Amino acid sequence: MDHFEIFGLPRKLRLDAAELQQRYYELSRRTHPDIHQGAPPEDQAQILETSARLNAAYRALRHPIARVEYLVRLEEGRETAEGAAVKPKAPPELLAEMFELQEALAEAKAGGLDAGGRERLAAEREQLLARHREEEERLAGPLSEAWDAAAPAERPRLIEAFKEALAARAYLRTVIDDLGAALGESQDGYVANRRH
Amino acid sequence: MSRIVGIDLGTTNSLVAYVDEKTGLPRVIPDGEGQTLLPSIVAFTADGVIVGAAAKRQLVRRPETTVYSVKRLMGRGYEDVKEELCYFPFRVRPCEGIVKIELGGGREVTPPEVSAIVLRSLKERAEAHFAEPIEKAVVTVPAYFNDSQRQATKDAGRIAGLDVVRIVNEPTAASLAYGLHRLKDGVIAVYDLGGGTFDVSILRVKDGIFEVLATNGNTHLGGDDFDRAIVVWLLDDILAKHGTYLGRDNEAMQELRLAAEAAKVRLSADERTTLTIPFDAFTYHREITRRELEALIERLVESTLTPCRLALADAGIGPAGIDEVVLVGGSTRVPLVRRRVQEVFGRTPHSQLNPDEVVALGAAVQAQILAGGITNMLLLDVTPLSLGIETLGGIVSVLIPRNTTIPTSAREMFTTSVDGQTVVDMHVVQGERELVRDCRSLARFELRGIDPMPAGLPKIEVMFVIDANGILQVAAKELRTGKAAAIEVKPTYGLEEAEVERMVEESFAYAEADVEARLLIESRNEADTVITHVGRALRQGGELVGAPERARIVAALEELTRARATDDRDLIHAKTTAMNRATEHLAEVMMDAALKGALGSRRAAEIMESK
Repeated sequence: MDHFEIFGLPRKLRLDAAELQQRYYELSRRTHPDIHQGAPPEDQAQILETSARLNAAYRALRHPIARVEYLVRLEEGRETAEGAAVKPKAPPELLAEMFELQEALAEAKAGGLDAGGRERLAAEREQLLARHREEEERLAGPLSEAWDAAAPAERPRLIEAFKEALAARAYLRTVIDDLGAALGESQDGYVANRRH
Repeated sequence: MSRIVGIDLGTTNSLVAYVDEKTGLPRVIPDGEGQTLLPSIVAFTADGVIVGAAAKRQLVRRPETTVYSVKRLMGRGYEDVKEELCYFPFRVRPCEGIVKIELGGGREVTPPEVSAIVLRSLKERAEAHFAEPIEKAVVTVPAYFNDSQRQATKDAGRIAGLDVVRIVNEPTAASLAYGLHRLKDGVIAVYDLGGGTFDVSILRVKDGIFEVLATNGNTHLGGDDFDRAIVVWLLDDILAKHGTYLGRDNEAMQELRLAAEAAKVRLSADERTTLTIPFDAFTYHREITRRELEALIERLVESTLTPCRLALADAGIGPAGIDEVVLVGGSTRVPLVRRRVQEVFGRTPHSQLNPDEVVALGAAVQAQILAGGITNMLLLDVTPLSLGIETLGGIVSVLIPRNTTIPTSAREMFTTSVDGQTVVDMHVVQGERELVRDCRSLARFELRGIDPMPAGLPKIEVMFVIDANGILQVAAKELRTGKAAAIEVKPTYGLEEAEVERMVEESFAYAEADVEARLLIESRNEADTVITHVGRALRQGGELVGAPERARIVAALEELTRARATDDRDLIHAKTTAMNRATEHLAEVMMDAALKGALGSRRAAEIMESK
């Protein structure tokens, strides 16, 4: 049973968050180990697994971007690698564009930043954050809508489009985090939770 | 199903509670004297162990064998705690990944064994209340406790003869207690600052479902640290005023710690307070204002705010999205804490339920849910820390990110790197840093019994499951043969199964001293304290009263000393009372003299009342 099926949902990307939450709560009331405390010990492992699967399904579907990532894995038959992030190569044109920025960043790391340099990097970071947001909006919006409307023959092309957008987003995120680190904005070594 | 009680095993105090079948409301069970809080203190004496308030009275007299705040050591390695060991008067030594407390005479105990003594005392309290055996309990832990700390808590339950049916996070438990009647649906933040630990949890409450969205915290930050800050400041002040450094005097340090704690508590209501601490060579007086206290603890309070912001970020919610803020833990009585919490969440925090009791009440609610007595409430909690495995180069590969709803599971494939290899190692860690050495090592596993095959051919699937207690379970299977690989788990911190078994058997060696013995120990203690104080008073202020009065005091002192040597508790008690009466006037005269010197015209009696 895949994550969509657990919730009795078709393999579609546009779904109502409130309704999903409602179903998750209802299913939790039936499957959570707390409800089955009185069940015999030999059943407990199964109860635990059922509950863990429900939680994993909700985690994967709750957020629009995570949902796309899950769909791509599912369509490609890789859904067993639960939680593994999609890490395809960054799009070449984005790489070229970022080249200059990376150089400036390396310089900053080596030498330290003057006020002007800081300001430039901060502005650059703001801009990248906006693009990151745009990429997410595209994934959750038009691309997801396209998937839901697509005929089976169009789907492979859409999966490729998803992968490209996800890769661009992941790459932007990395650069944004690097810039943040250079600007001293990250918590001391605390890895930001990629909460999609 | 048999009765399940809810237990708050706190750094400073512990409580036991249950849900009253008639009213459906949780209630804390008091002891025979009506006290609900059991100080989490265990005194090891030649006549047996003493728990709670009676043990607290031993702190100054027997600092080396009276163990307090042991929760800070639960599930910890020596490296984790060595910095703060200087604050404890008892000796702590490293021992195979965990720590042991040395009690002298070759005796030593582990932190779970000490906690077990506290738990057993609560178990007995509940048994006396219900007049039936109690075998099951829900026990709370700080939300930010890692796997080892949770496991240690469960071990403590077993040693105490309790089946810990669920480990519940303290802030979540508190939300259940509030949720019973006082919460509207919405998003709430629980700020829980206790004696030794700090947690913040963000929850969504809807139709009886309590879904934790994110949690964060610091398992080494609490009211104890406030007290330490005050003590350090007092040590400096005493050094400046009296030329004596008391930092290495265990008894004096306990006097200072208790006085600092009491002053801190008074300053939650008063703007200023006076500390009076009698030492052998002098009596120390010091006025401390709330402003001074706040300057001392400001940095500590500030350090709770970053976890609050991180929890909000992880929950994907801004302060404006928080509907209610709930305060839990005794340290949230400190006005500065309240102000800062209000600032960070932009909302007036509330605390209608007693912050000392609310966690135990919530544990009782969870116990009732598990027993099937409450069916409309359900808790969906999260794992506080990311779980990962070590990969090449000492990098952590995260399998289960922090704030994942539990129960949860993750699968990972392993294979061999050498032809014919039959054993594969793996290293499981918990934490938020990229490098293994910055995270907490939970356990090293050995997957054994792999059939010899060319390198890379075996496919071993390892399943990591975090159960509803937040505790990790691991299972492995070789996919080609379908054979379950034997796993040898070596926890980095913690007790091996056999050790726990042994401790369960040995726990009876730490039986509580019987009532008679305990009362005798207590009365002797009281006599000792009075004898010390009177000796000190005579040296410091004997000339303030006339010779006949001095003679009467000396006579009473001799009588008390003689009584102290007998086993007659009533006699010791009577002579102690007589001694106190004989010195009443001297104490008053000394207090007056001291205050005239220190405070000018204010009357001693007024000062004493404001204490």
